[in-house]
Amino acid sequence: MASANAELAYNSKIEGDVVVSRADAVINWIRSNSMWPMPMGLACCAIELMAVGASRFDIARFGAEVMRFSPRQADVMIVSGTVTYKMASAVRRIYDQMSEPKWVIAMGACASSGGMYRSYAVLQGVDRILPVDVYLSGCPPRPEALLDALVKLQEKVKREPSASKLLSA
Amino acid sequence: MPPAPDAVAALKGGWAGVTERASLDHPAVNVPAADLLGVLGALKGAHGFDMLADVAGVDWGEGAKPRFSVVYHLFSTSTHAYVRVASDCPLDSAPELPSATGLWPGANWHEREAFDMFGIRFAGHPDLRRIIMWDGYAHYPLRKDFPLAGVESALPDAEITAETGVGTIAAPMMGGPFVASTGQMNMGEAEPRAKDESWNERRPKPGA
Amino acid sequence: MPTEHAFPDSAAKGTLGGSDAERLSISMGPSHPSTHGVLRIQLELDGEVVTKADPVIGYLHRGDEKIAENMTYNQFVPYTDRLDYLAPLANNMAYAIAVEKLAKLEVPPRCQAIRVITAEMARISSHLLGLGAFGIDVGAWTVFLYTFTEREKLYKLFEELTGARFTTSYSRIGGVSRDVPPGWLERVDAFCVQFLPNLEEVLNLLTRNKIFMDRTSGIGVISKEDAIAYGLTGPNLRGSGVPLDLRKDRPYSGYEQYDFDVAVGTQGDSYDRYLVRGEEMRQSVRIIRQAVAKFPPGKWCAEDARRIVAPRKDKVLTSMEELIQNFMIVTEGPQMPPGEVYFEAENPKGALGFFVVSKGGGVPWRLKIRAPSFCNLSILPKLCVGAMVADIVAILGSLDFVMGECDR
Repeated sequence: MASANAELAYNSKIEGDVVVSRADAVINWIRSNSMWPMPMGLACCAIELMAVGASRFDIARFGAEVMRFSPRQADVMIVSGTVTYKMASAVRRIYDQMSEPKWVIAMGACASSGGMYRSYAVLQGVDRILPVDVYLSGCPPRPEALLDALVKLQEKVKREPSASKLLSA
Repeated sequence: MPPAPDAVAALKGGWAGVTERASLDHPAVNVPAADLLGVLGALKGAHGFDMLADVAGVDWGEGAKPRFSVVYHLFSTSTHAYVRVASDCPLDSAPELPSATGLWPGANWHEREAFDMFGIRFAGHPDLRRIIMWDGYAHYPLRKDFPLAGVESALPDAEITAETGVGTIAAPMMGGPFVASTGQMNMGEAEPRAKDESWNERRPKPGA
Repeated sequence: MPTEHAFPDSAAKGTLGGSDAERLSISMGPSHPSTHGVLRIQLELDGEVVTKADPVIGYLHRGDEKIAENMTYNQFVPYTDRLDYLAPLANNMAYAIAVEKLAKLEVPPRCQAIRVITAEMARISSHLLGLGAFGIDVGAWTVFLYTFTEREKLYKLFEELTGARFTTSYSRIGGVSRDVPPGWLERVDAFCVQFLPNLEEVLNLLTRNKIFMDRTSGIGVISKEDAIAYGLTGPNLRGSGVPLDLRKDRPYSGYEQYDFDVAVGTQGDSYDRYLVRGEEMRQSVRIIRQAVAKFPPGKWCAEDARRIVAPRKDKVLTSMEELIQNFMIVTEGPQMPPGEVYFEAENPKGALGFFVVSKGGGVPWRLKIRAPSFCNLSILPKLCVGAMVADIVAILGSLDFVMGECDR
């Protein structure tokens, strides 16, 4: 059974301007290299998220500089910062408004597990209300760590059986 | 910046119930609830403390009488001095004080927060509702009988609760917070513990 | 469907039929690019003009004050970082000084100089981000990128000193956690020297920019009386013409030795607040350079404060007395005498105050954090009425608040 991330095949002498490949590889390649984040910037991690968008740790190299605050236009929600119970409803509502395919990166300790805030007002991990794809530890994680998380997410996306999902949906 | 001891003396002269409060830094007075607005007004007008720096609710513990107080800090933009005014809430079961929003509009939000965190009501406040916790929240978090981990309750948005099946939970403390309580020393709790505490060098393993 | 929001004077909210029938009730936030964090403003609009604005806060309430009642004084330092997370070193310092007042503990001059330098660097860092975010909100993307480049240089210096880019947790009760590394002061000075021309370049993009001036002049005017009545502090207060700066009026941590000016505005509008912040950055550079030039030798933490400050590590590992002392301070916390103190420091956002009630022991009985952003935001309902929706964005940017501090 061939895997989903098989390389694209291209031989100009034989095929000319035609590229033959598996649908999965093409779809996943397109999706992973143009992953528009929806920055759910809640607290201190949002500052590191902004730093990733700035010039030193340029997230534009990975195709993700278009930070769309409209959930309809975004692919990945980066939950950066502490999610409180009061905010949890808004986060879930925004996640529901994102269109498929969508992924979630839980950035930082507070989003992954509640962090150092073991208190009455903090949701102990955003995975209690959303399905998370990549967890990122740190308080706050360094921008390089966020880029690493994005790369891991890209690798995860490249392994998805997207064509069969699209056909069966 | 010399403190304003004359303000404290003037207040004690003006109101019978005002007493001096022990303080490590700024001049401080205790004021009974009935005289609170008069004292604050005098401090603002006659003594020049025109800025309300802070309003803090304090819960002295379930056994204390009185249980709740509110501590006001006033600042003077001309003499750059602070003064502390503390007032006890007369009833423990329904703590209430007069509202200072007539003197400073900025007191509005501070008093809403004291209401939200402690349940202290402020008579005459234009809009006393919760400010930090959501409107339907049933508890007063900073009271001493409310646990840090929180209690289970519903999320503010019923739709989301139905969708995800999640409510607020008591945060997993895992035996923490790892600190001795105020004023008490409990060395046994402070040390790192062994995983299996059924035996140690003084007590042999049961069944061995 | 979200429930209908109850405005403060909902009784006066009028019936359908008549001009109220045209009003639109809209919620701006909590997830909004221009609200600088999780702030929700419930607006009632008449076309594009705001008739009522009710800020809803608490979306980042993490329970810091309750956590403080369960942590020792030193264990709470990381939580202070995350209050105003744009200037963590300034918060660390304010908290440490407030708690040291309980024991009337004096720290040596070197520690005071380190605190002043780091606090002023934090002020530059916070104002740069405020400027960048303000720029983005009114449409100037370049400003954001330029200011972030400068902030990255500051982050490098913070990382060298404390180990973390921000969220430094650098102070301890009785001093700071470690001394400055060799060569750090020269690098700080070199940063200051190259920062001033870069700052001028960034400010030139906005200061005489017609679009920026049109968007901010005359917008969000706060009168002197209002500013004092609502408890505003910091650049927001100074922008309205009140020359109040706690570093000059109630000097702490050795600020009286340094020569600097306080920027005061005249009109009280958003443009003035922007100018005040720009000038404050220049003055901060002045303070840093003086502090680096006068940097005293000595210890970076108070010595002989037996139940408060941890002893030297080499003694701890070799001598019994110091070992026990260190153990007690770490597990039980620095032992503070009973009493109450209130201390306000001049943070970049305003006056950050800590009201500490201690009943003895290593854990406070009550710690109230007087957040400048909380008070700065309380004037928003009054400011927004009559403004257009786009003006609200300019007002929020000029108020420069941080929700981590406001909600605690």
